[in-house]
Amino acid sequence: MIELLPLILATVITAATPLVIAALGEHVVERSGVLNLGVEGMMIMGASLGFAGAVVLDNSYLGLAIGALAGMVMAGIFALFALGLATNQVATGLAITIFGLGLAGLIGQPFVGQPRPPIPALVFGLDPIVCLSFVLMVGTAWLLNRTRAGLILRGVGESHGSAHALGLPVLKVRLLAVLFGGLCAGLAGAYLSLIYTRFWSPGMTAGRGWIALALVVFAAGSVWRLVAGAYLFGAILIAQLHAQAGAIGIPSQFLSMLPYLMTIVALVVLSMAGRRGAGAAGSLGQPFVPDR
Amino acid sequence: MRSAPPLIRCQGLSKTFGTLKANDSVDLLVESGEIHALLGENGAGKSTFVKMLYGLLKPDAGTISWLGKAVTLADPDAARALGIGMVFQHFSLFDDLTVLENIAIGTAGARADQAFAARVSALAREYGLELDLQRPVWTLSAGERQRIEIARCLLQEPRLIVLDEPTSVLTPQEAENLFASLLRLQAKGAGILFISHKLEEVRRICTAATILRGGKVVARTDPRKESARSLAALMVGEGVADVRPPSTLETGRDLLAVRGLSVSPEIAHGIPLRGIDLTVRAGEVVAIAGVAGNGQSEFFAALTGEGGLIQSGTVSIDGEDVTRRPIGMRRRLGAAFVPEGRLGHATLPQRTLSENIMLSWHETEDVGGFFLSLDKLRQAARKIITRFDVRGPNADPRAAQLSGGNLQKYIVGREIERNPRLIVVDQPTWGVDARAASLIRQTLVDLAGQGAAVLVITQDLDEAFEMSDRIAVICAGRMHPPVPTRMTNREAIGLLMTTAHGEAA
Repeated sequence: MIELLPLILATVITAATPLVIAALGEHVVERSGVLNLGVEGMMIMGASLGFAGAVVLDNSYLGLAIGALAGMVMAGIFALFALGLATNQVATGLAITIFGLGLAGLIGQPFVGQPRPPIPALVFGLDPIVCLSFVLMVGTAWLLNRTRAGLILRGVGESHGSAHALGLPVLKVRLLAVLFGGLCAGLAGAYLSLIYTRFWSPGMTAGRGWIALALVVFAAGSVWRLVAGAYLFGAILIAQLHAQAGAIGIPSQFLSMLPYLMTIVALVVLSMAGRRGAGAAGSLGQPFVPDR
Repeated sequence: MRSAPPLIRCQGLSKTFGTLKANDSVDLLVESGEIHALLGENGAGKSTFVKMLYGLLKPDAGTISWLGKAVTLADPDAARALGIGMVFQHFSLFDDLTVLENIAIGTAGARADQAFAARVSALAREYGLELDLQRPVWTLSAGERQRIEIARCLLQEPRLIVLDEPTSVLTPQEAENLFASLLRLQAKGAGILFISHKLEEVRRICTAATILRGGKVVARTDPRKESARSLAALMVGEGVADVRPPSTLETGRDLLAVRGLSVSPEIAHGIPLRGIDLTVRAGEVVAIAGVAGNGQSEFFAALTGEGGLIQSGTVSIDGEDVTRRPIGMRRRLGAAFVPEGRLGHATLPQRTLSENIMLSWHETEDVGGFFLSLDKLRQAARKIITRFDVRGPNADPRAAQLSGGNLQKYIVGREIERNPRLIVVDQPTWGVDARAASLIRQTLVDLAGQGAAVLVITQDLDEAFEMSDRIAVICAGRMHPPVPTRMTNREAIGLLMTTAHGEAA
């Protein structure tokens, strides 16, 4: 059992990595005061286009880059509407998700069932993207809490009116944040199709984008809570797979429910313990229109 | 002496919003080392003007020259780069960020680290601004928030400082400190543009004044040669009525009685209340003076039943113990409450005035049965709007569309329309122009004359003296017992505002 521990840990980390990356991206977006419900759509576009690119160019690394760019393009479309035209962010985000799920299925159609070779591990049996996710965690926490850029980003999210009065470029900060979020979601999707499962199938993100959104709420403003939440979720995901294989006398449907159930429990516990200011940015989801 | 070009000269500045000429060819000139007052009622165009000075609004016409050179202020960064600093009336603060972060974000290139904290502390000491750098802003009172704005502005070492109603939340002593700082800045050669409704202080510290009415400059004068009354007349174009003195009618029975009330706060950093005793009788106005953040919000919440964990003591309304009763029960006993926060607490900003009636009327007034009677709400709103001269862009505007003064008239009116026997008002005229403030005060004094008990919590000492029969002072969560207003003076009350009751002075 002891000798299995590193293997189990590696499996858990691999399962959690797409969530970590997508949630970190959305965390930055929400800190800037934008609610992008298009995470699922940006992820699936990353998964589909990333896989297609990798097959066509026969290079999984280029595929990862293409997937990340695909997520960013989707985020750009979101930004055009939600920031440029100040549309309702919830509706726009949902539209991006629905649009992404459909378009990804269409693009991925010829590639269903084709396998991809695994990507070699970088260190300790961990692939390069897992290593990148570690850098991303530390980098995001550092950027948000220790730098002036992070302070401005949080300020813009907390009160866009005050930020504008101080002459901070509200829309520019939000655009950059949204594009970063798209990049992360796209990369997370490409990781799923190119490294985690190594095949493409329609709808393969299976709600992971929504779980990433829930993790951001669970994080309540802290990158480390977000990361802890993502790994907890990864652990439950792996545990239920093993439990199903281990033929425990519980119907498998209940075990499959477990990760989603845990998400709900975590959110409920959090909102019960919460008081004012516990989490969300003050201007979250409100369109900003400068008055000049 | 006048060979140097003026610090800033604005010529023919105009700005139009839709059909409203907010500024119509405004000329204004501030010299270095001058404290220049900009006077006018709310809506006269002062805010529009200073926003153009700070690069937040683009003038439709006119020029601004800085030290003799024409400049275009494209954004606040450009204004700050020239050396223009601004203390906003509506705070440009970030609730979830700490005091230090709030100051850092408004300072070019600053990070909220230890070196910056040391810089801010040194500045705060120099100008006598008390700041707790690690507290999040949402736990602070209006007065404490304003100190952040002032610190943020002074940190840029500006050559022109624009202060929009800086003293409305300060004690006389704090205001003196601010004036001392301003005089120090003036001596260093900085120009100061000072917006205030307190004409006495304008007369004391300002050396020039420009008066706006309806977006136009109507007068330029030396305020030291004017009286407060003549300045007010210039602002409104007619005399402002003094509030009639409170009636000397015999006071009646105790309508509000607070006995030994101790409350611990629900939020971190809140002010605990300790052993508060207070009685307000029918027919009198009692004012509670005090510096912001000394327990006023907590005391108001204890009176309404909206918050705080009551440790001991009682609150009674008209003899009925309501210590643990909800606000609806208190309203049924004849109480009415006007909180400090106009948007968000007293009204829903994005709802119409008629819909907002529901917030305080649902328990006691007839607003329909199972289904709301929108007609009744609209009728009531119309009545209040007419009776209290509430001016808005249309017949039933959203609360957020009204100016501060008009909205406050509406909120006070909404409560008075219920014919309360006890009314508790937190900061009745904060940020409200002279005419609306005078009307609100008169209304409350009249209400007391008709036999109601009126309790006013205010940071404005002039207001406390103008309206009240008795003045109590709150400091550090303790209450100095009320004294008859005629038997005390500003200095005595000002001293109590900085001494907790029961401590040696």
